[in-house]
Amino acid sequence: MSAIADAAPGQGGRWTGPLDPKPPASPNPAEVAERLENIWGDAPGLRGWFGTVDHKTIGVRYMITSFVFLILGGLEALVMRIQLAQPNATTLSPEQYNQLFSLHGVTMIFLYAMPVLSGFSNYLWPLMLGSRDMAFPRLNALSYWLFLAAGIFLYASFPLGAAPDGGWFGYVPNTAREYSPGPNIDVYCLGLIFLGISTTVGAANFVVTLLRMRAPGMSVNRLPIIIWGTLTASVANLFAVPAVSLACLMLWLDRNHGTHFYDIAGGGQPLLWQHLFWLFGHPWVYAIVLPAMGMVSDALPVHCRRPLVGYTLVATATVATMVVGFGVWLHHMFATGLPVLALSFFSAASFVIAIPSAVSVFSWIATIYTGRVRLTVPFLFFTSVILLFVIGGVSGVMTASLAFDWQLTDTYFIVAHLHYVLIGINLFAVVGAIYHWLPKMSGRMMDERLGRWVFGFMFIGFNLAFLPMHWLGLIGMPRRVWTYGADMGFSATNLVVSIGAFVFATGILLFLVNIATALRSGRPAGPDPWGGPTLEWAIPSPPPVYNFAIIPLVATRHPLWEDQLDEGSERSQLASGFLLDNGKETLGVTPLDGEPDVILKMPGDSLLPFAFSVAALVLFGGLLVGSAWIAVIGGAAAIIALVVWFRPHPTPEACEKVRIYD
Amino acid sequence: MTEARTLDQTLPVHGRGQVGTAWWGMLCLFATEGILFGYLIFSYAYLGSQGYSDWPPSGPPALRLAIPATILLVGSSFVLEWARRNANRGNAGRGRIGLGITIAMGAGFMALSLKEWADKPFALADSSYSSIYFLLTGTHLAHVALGLAALIVLFAWSIAGRVGGGHEQHRALATLYWHFVDVVWLFVFLTIYVSPRMV
Ligand code: HEM
Ligand SMILES: [Cu+2]
Repeated sequence: MSAIADAAPGQGGRWTGPLDPKPPASPNPAEVAERLENIWGDAPGLRGWFGTVDHKTIGVRYMITSFVFLILGGLEALVMRIQLAQPNATTLSPEQYNQLFSLHGVTMIFLYAMPVLSGFSNYLWPLMLGSRDMAFPRLNALSYWLFLAAGIFLYASFPLGAAPDGGWFGYVPNTAREYSPGPNIDVYCLGLIFLGISTTVGAANFVVTLLRMRAPGMSVNRLPIIIWGTLTASVANLFAVPAVSLACLMLWLDRNHGTHFYDIAGGGQPLLWQHLFWLFGHPWVYAIVLPAMGMVSDALPVHCRRPLVGYTLVATATVATMVVGFGVWLHHMFATGLPVLALSFFSAASFVIAIPSAVSVFSWIATIYTGRVRLTVPFLFFTSVILLFVIGGVSGVMTASLAFDWQLTDTYFIVAHLHYVLIGINLFAVVGAIYHWLPKMSGRMMDERLGRWVFGFMFIGFNLAFLPMHWLGLIGMPRRVWTYGADMGFSATNLVVSIGAFVFATGILLFLVNIATALRSGRPAGPDPWGGPTLEWAIPSPPPVYNFAIIPLVATRHPLWEDQLDEGSERSQLASGFLLDNGKETLGVTPLDGEPDVILKMPGDSLLPFAFSVAALVLFGGLLVGSAWIAVIGGAAAIIALVVWFRPHPTPEACEKVRIYD
Repeated sequence: MTEARTLDQTLPVHGRGQVGTAWWGMLCLFATEGILFGYLIFSYAYLGSQGYSDWPPSGPPALRLAIPATILLVGSSFVLEWARRNANRGNAGRGRIGLGITIAMGAGFMALSLKEWADKPFALADSSYSSIYFLLTGTHLAHVALGLAALIVLFAWSIAGRVGGGHEQHRALATLYWHFVDVVWLFVFLTIYVSPRMV
């Protein structure tokens, strides 16, 4: 573990300090471990593969799938940048460009940014909470399979030239049948509704997991910040996703069944789309950054070897961001001719939201400033998150002001802003988090030297690509144009931007190489390579299927740092606690205080989630091709799967004796 | 240090009692579905307040069918609650009778709603009013259909002896969902039938 520190330049070899990790005692005798292994292991063969409900497997699948989509979306971006590198280029037709930027946006926002965070949270939550699984393991599997099916649904249209082409926000009337007669927008509408089911299912799972599935003693003021972030995002998803699902349903009906929701001629209102879309879209923007900010808040302090400064403020700010976030959707509609009073109000509200965001930034800076920093690769990524967040935040506040927005809306300034926010706070945080947690997931360290190269390419490439875009916007280059004239003064800057995009992409490529070599031949990580404070570092890497042989008893916010921090006399018990091995079971606690409350029997492997997702794919496919029969078959199969799902089992025992391990 | 002791203390195993993990999950479902109806009603109000024509174009809809339908649906919630309590107390017979009556009342509600649809002088694709009218009532009707399906399955399981004394949770979830559908109807009713009479 000290080799990490050895590799860090400027640190002069091993580091020793009050937070030097002590390897957690692992008291589980072989037979308990073996017993639990048998209880919790997957079924053999294909049944286990398609039927697994292990949150770790599902989390990893989520992450891999979303990275595949990140790469697809990235390739689309590179093709766009080839086209835009020179004036009057003809690599792409305007139609192709429309599909590319739309699919790029849809992919990055819906198929990468959110799912990758769900993957992390799926993996990390039970480990950080000291539980053996999520509240609804089968729903967990379901949300993954639905995500995959919806992604396939959206992408299957691409080779046929029928990919969505109305932007990720799908504004009507551009997307109405008259202006977009092909199936492209139907794919978008149905695909988003499909994906929305997956998100909703996953969100409900997170909320209930938080309420019930924590180690005894893990009260709400002891939760890691990533839990706060994902919890907030999940609650927001429950409230926000129906808005876009409804908007898409109405658009699909308008296009296919002649309704008049958005059509002026029949008394409809095009702006209704924008209201519903941004009622969803703005909170969603926070849903794809708050969990990522949570990762930074939990992992950065480890590399600064001190607890996060202002825990309570950061947790509160996380929730506050979302609350305000639901009230500012109108700032995406400043240019639509709304009443001035409404505009002023929403402009002011949008300034307010900068305050809770700034709280996190100041807390991170203070943590670094007062910490004893190790210049590890995760640290580099997390500090760059701070920098990029500040730049993106400043340009965000600029666009929240009316006068500015009226000038800049739909120019490259916006493209610059949104990439600073999305890549800066989501992607850089995720990559840093992979350096930080991959050792836990795989049991192997990633190479620090290569990691520095990755960081260099990504950081320089990113700024080279997106910083000049602000300038392009200020001098008037509109977004979503497939080319521009040579005499417009955009040429040189665009070339720089395109070069930057390729440098950035090289960084991503190196990053994948870095992961691959780590998985093949990385140094063994041991349980706690960074000296982390939270529960996941108390178990072996990679974690056993059952996570915790003994469900620990938590007494503080940093169970693994208690000796060093000296924050009072309370001590968590990691080696003794509840031993539940009468079958596949874990402990449920009371929602607020985390008092042991109930023994939860967990479901085993099941093919139902997979079957349900296939049925849903048939249903949506039928709707897309306009075949009522196919849709009915898919729908009926889905309902049958649900009935089997809820089939009652013989009543279990009423109570169980609790076994304590000490 | 490596000994496991068994305490005298016992904890309930989930599956008994009605407030299980699934109960919390159901609340999440209500949150997201409830807000879906909120957005539908928002759309109704938005289209009504921004449109050019009278709203509703053909005057407030008649209450002739809607009132009996409402009485049926709201009444069925009480019957179902009665049935659930009896079944939980071990009186399976009464539970089944109550469940059967609830299903009949729910089916009655559906029949009345479909009749009302058939009687409308306009169709889905006529105007923004007809579109949102059918979408709002249709979304609710779909929920009734789903709830009805759940009750029928529960009924069948009960006849087949699959749900018995210890399955409070199954009954609790189905009942809760039915109450939810019922409460939502009150909002839909207020929107469609009452609000046009108030302006
Ligand atoms: C190599 C990295 C990337 C490059 C070079 C890139 C480039 C681009 C380009 C050229 C556009 C089209 C601008 C226009 O014509 O209006 C665009 C749009 C967009 N990008 Fe990226 N992008 C990258 C990564 C990302 C990531 C990681 C995300 C999100 C997490 C993202 C989200 C978006 C969104 C939401 C849009 C707007 C699409 C729309 O207007 O519908 N991009 N990007
Ligand atoms: Cu916004």
